[in-house]
Amino acid sequence: MGDKSIDQKVDYYTDGSESGLSEEYWVDWFLRAKGNEYFCEVDEDFITDRFNLTGLSTEVSHLQYAAELITDALDLDSFQDPVRQEIDADAKHLYGLIHARYILTPRGLTKMMEKYKLAHFGKCPRVNCYFNPLLPVGLYDVAGQSSVKLYCTKCEDLYIPKSTRHANIDGAYFGTSFPAMILQAFPQLLPTKTNERHVPTIFGFKMHEHAKWARWQDKQRQEMNKRIQQYNKEQQNIQQLKAQPNNSTPSVQSQQSQTKSQSQQSQSRSPSAQPQVEAA
Amino acid sequence: MEDKLLEYNMTDPSSESEEVETWISHYCSSTGHDYFVEVFEDFIEDDFNLTGLMFLVPYYKEALEMILDLEPEDPLKVPSIPMFEHSAELLYGLIHARFLLTKTGLQIMAKKYDEAQFGTCPRYYCDGTRLLPTGRHDLPGYESVRLYCPCCCDVYVPPNSRYLNVDGAFFGTSFVGLFLKMFPEVERNCIPLRKNIYELKLFGFRINEMSYSGPRMKWLRQYPEDPSVLDEEDKLPPPRTDEKDDDGDVKLETDQENRA
Ligand SMILES: [Zn+2]
Ligand SMILES: [Zn+2]
Repeated sequence: MGDKSIDQKVDYYTDGSESGLSEEYWVDWFLRAKGNEYFCEVDEDFITDRFNLTGLSTEVSHLQYAAELITDALDLDSFQDPVRQEIDADAKHLYGLIHARYILTPRGLTKMMEKYKLAHFGKCPRVNCYFNPLLPVGLYDVAGQSSVKLYCTKCEDLYIPKSTRHANIDGAYFGTSFPAMILQAFPQLLPTKTNERHVPTIFGFKMHEHAKWARWQDKQRQEMNKRIQQYNKEQQNIQQLKAQPNNSTPSVQSQQSQTKSQSQQSQSRSPSAQPQVEAA
Repeated sequence: MEDKLLEYNMTDPSSESEEVETWISHYCSSTGHDYFVEVFEDFIEDDFNLTGLMFLVPYYKEALEMILDLEPEDPLKVPSIPMFEHSAELLYGLIHARFLLTKTGLQIMAKKYDEAQFGTCPRYYCDGTRLLPTGRHDLPGYESVRLYCPCCCDVYVPPNSRYLNVDGAFFGTSFVGLFLKMFPEVERNCIPLRKNIYELKLFGFRINEMSYSGPRMKWLRQYPEDPSVLDEEDKLPPPRTDEKDDDGDVKLETDQENRA
């Protein structure tokens, strides 16, 4: 299932200048390099914590040197050329692999959220998504399988980066769980979904086959909404039953249920939501 | 997907062995105009094909003369040339949209389609399906050109900003539909691709539909396992007007507000 674009992993990395230019920090240099716009800055203490490198020694042959280069603790010029280049490439690969782990931590998620808000990962090309920002995602957590893809939080679909610079980055440097994780951590990032869609027309009339298909899809959506509505109603009942006995101990649990029942109250207050669906 | 839609041996009968670059060939070869085809001059010379355009295009006569490289009846005054040029582009675009609906127009577009001159779908699961240019309005001035994917049946913004100046009306709303009718194999090739839908995962597990961040847009890319169920849609009473049905949106919106 791997795709073609990933073979150039090495090419992509060697096309920039060599790393380790004196006065600049390695990470700053890496993040500034063309094509690396999707990466965020991994904290140095995250890289120096051996625990976070667990299991990477099979992936990165000069693991120790690479980690030292990333944290500016290594003079690359003290190495001869084949090894020197290997360490250089290893450092870039290691940074990507650590990055995938880092962006699942609270600090990493926060940094990536800021980048998402600034649309550093691009915007959805779909017309009906109205330039909704994208999130990077891998199809595999193992390196060398497939290049990075972009997830749209509005249409929930997967897109190929516009620029080949980005289309050659390994998807494992972002991992398969990142979008789901950031949406769990920051649910406010979830955009409002729309029912808008395109149906091709000829002289103003919807094409018959397409109109049928669209109607069938609408039915799928209505069924989904019914299922969710039903589930929410059940949850609401459970919450109400739970709320009746004493709630004197303010634990995390009860706080959660409080905010939940609050949200359900305001939901039932909004006049349009419930009755219409029941009629459906 | 490399199969060709047809054999082409079309040559514009009116443009044989011309040394000088015509207005049309110059216009079609300038930056951002590569989606356009060169409309045959005899199509433009047929008044029937231009019906009604006189009312949409200022300086219609001058514009038409410019497109056809005719010597103007009244010699042009230099300061007005940019105005005429603008009218000529508008007129050409509107004629172009009509030309695309002819058999010849569709065939020339098929050649460009085969060469992927309109690009490929950015959606991962469409696997490089070639795109077709489309407008979402037939009147100029509303929106720039969009790209239609016959696989996901969705419309996309062109990846390059140089197409932002190309009006969607110069391709029109009906071209895609007629193209798909004339070359049904385009959609037929797409059907196997339509079964793939992306599902967000967290450490390998799908997000539950009942979760607030669970999937809500699956329907958008869904295609029935058994396409014959689509015929059932015909037998049912006419659908409720879905545009006004709030069951999805309103609920999700309130969800949204509460969380924020
Ligand atoms: Zn989208
Ligand atoms: Zn597509």
